[in-house]
Amino acid sequence: MTTSTAQPMPDVDPAAAREWLAAMILIRTFEERGDELALRGKIPGGMHPAIGQEAAAVGIARGLRGTDLVAGTHRAHHHALAKGMTPSAVLAELYGKASGSNGGRGGSMHLADFDLGLWGSNGVVGAGLGIAMGAALGAKQRGTDQVAAGIFGDGGANVGRVWEFTNLAAIWKLPLIVVCENNLYAVETQTSSVTGGADITRRAAGFGLPAFTVDGQDVVSVHQAVSEAADRARTGSGPTFLEILTYRYKGHDSGQVIRYRTDDEVQRWRSSKDPIENYAARLITAGLLDEAGLAALTDTARTTVDEAVTFAEEAPWPDPCTAAENVSAYTGNEQR
Amino acid sequence: MSNDETYSTAYRSGMREEMERDGTIFVLGTDLFDRGGHFSQVKGLGPEFGADRIRDTPISEAAMVAAGVGAAMNGTRPVVDLNFMDFAYGAMDELINQAAKIRYMWGRPVPLVVRATAGVAQGGAQHNNSLQSTFMSTPGLSVVFPSRPWDVKGLLKSALRGEDPVVFMMHKMLTGARGPAGGPDELVPIGSARIARPGRDVTLISYGYGVTIAEKAAQSVAAQGIDTEVIDLRSLSPLDLNTIVTSVRKTGKVIVLDEAPISAGPAAEITAQINDHAFWYLDQPVGRVCGADSPIPHSPALVDALLPSEAGVVAALQQIAAATGPALAS
Repeated sequence: MTTSTAQPMPDVDPAAAREWLAAMILIRTFEERGDELALRGKIPGGMHPAIGQEAAAVGIARGLRGTDLVAGTHRAHHHALAKGMTPSAVLAELYGKASGSNGGRGGSMHLADFDLGLWGSNGVVGAGLGIAMGAALGAKQRGTDQVAAGIFGDGGANVGRVWEFTNLAAIWKLPLIVVCENNLYAVETQTSSVTGGADITRRAAGFGLPAFTVDGQDVVSVHQAVSEAADRARTGSGPTFLEILTYRYKGHDSGQVIRYRTDDEVQRWRSSKDPIENYAARLITAGLLDEAGLAALTDTARTTVDEAVTFAEEAPWPDPCTAAENVSAYTGNEQR
Repeated sequence: MSNDETYSTAYRSGMREEMERDGTIFVLGTDLFDRGGHFSQVKGLGPEFGADRIRDTPISEAAMVAAGVGAAMNGTRPVVDLNFMDFAYGAMDELINQAAKIRYMWGRPVPLVVRATAGVAQGGAQHNNSLQSTFMSTPGLSVVFPSRPWDVKGLLKSALRGEDPVVFMMHKMLTGARGPAGGPDELVPIGSARIARPGRDVTLISYGYGVTIAEKAAQSVAAQGIDTEVIDLRSLSPLDLNTIVTSVRKTGKVIVLDEAPISAGPAAEITAQINDHAFWYLDQPVGRVCGADSPIPHSPALVDALLPSEAGVVAALQQIAAATGPALAS
């Protein structure tokens, strides 16, 4: 186990390094607007904003190949956008419109696009890891070099089957990255107060796989850890566990009144560990970006999200006559 | 075609043929490679196909089913063998909240088979649940429950060539039941019932081990001039309503035989469907001979008191056959 606190520059070309920043800014812009729209009642059922967790998603997605897959959690817009789903497709889905990524059948907690390697966000804590683990088994059975990343949160670290999945991946050496995106709070419960042994990485290491804690506010660290884990998975060395330490600025869901932590705590994270501000500053210091370039990324993100809102607002509703269609391939001899 | 298989060897022979035909099929579960499963359902297939295709697992039902769901979504055809269907309770989220909903939400086929031995026999309260009631009320899951070797093999082949999750239930009491089974390409379609015995007077509907009881009861009342048509549902979801309704329109009298607890079980649904689709053809209310609303105890003396018996079905057939006009409250 190691803890990475260094802040190296990414081992990629400057255009890619800037693209990571652009992706994080787009996620933040999208989530802030989405949160606003949820509070205005535009998103049935609301949403779980991932503001503050952008580096985790972008580091994971960019550490994988396009053909690799990610299955995630109920807080998942950042994963979906990082994997390449467009803001328009996500937002129209959140609205419940026909033009959404899943035709309005999924929603915020069930976003999937298999062409992008996005194997579903998931409304049940820990379940995304199960799908990723099974997908990794499928990849192994077929002899492909595909890698799967299954993401759960610190809340999921106390779900029993998460460790069933981890154990099976370990004994079968599946090409899986087991990712705990630890934002410190399981809904309204401080995870440290309900986690025996306190250390989730040590718990994972007990299953006999390499396990690391990673600074989740640093996209470079996440990218590096995921790339290395993907290499191990691809070369037959089996799964790796990564605990990505991060923080959500907003409540569990949009509009939640927060009584379980102090404003000071939130401010400390925002002012010293913000993944976007810190990474942008590093790019500027390294001469890979200037202030004008940063402003341009912010403008582009705003324009893209504006267009997504227009798209979602104007998109048609799905046809109610189709609501019960495509439930099963087996229809039998139905009596008409 | 083979003329002499058991319920269990028909499963194995169907599995072997399908695994030879399609290299993406593999089986995972506990005690499969050496032992061949708790009912010898895959005996010998381990050494034949290797440990990657007959995969032994820890006792981790959630992981077993999750592995099957994800692998089915990723270009393979896994069969998760739970040995006893009761153990599915440890994997309900994977089955009901994941496998059953993936086509609907995401348009992705999930060609997964979850096989287990089911039905009421020995073993007490926790090994004799009637989970078919739960699964048939879950949109997105197909449920099959064959009664004879031919259908075990034919339904397995359909499931392994299909696109969506199939819960494959095999009754404990039928494990050694003998009969013919079909050849490599003789399939039994999922969602198709069969007429196990044609008749004109009363329709007797059942599935699984109930078909054995039904055939004996029908034979018994035939001597008294009651001509019973026995329907073997074979699939509980989707239900073959055409076969049911066609028979009911002919006989006008129906008994549903079902060992599941009577409340909200398959018999309740079948009865409601008959009322929806054939009410005006009925001469009498639909009769139900079902399991009691009770857990299953250990003592055989107590078990028998809770389950449908041949004598009970005979009495129900005699009563409904003789009834004319409105049933009177007594």
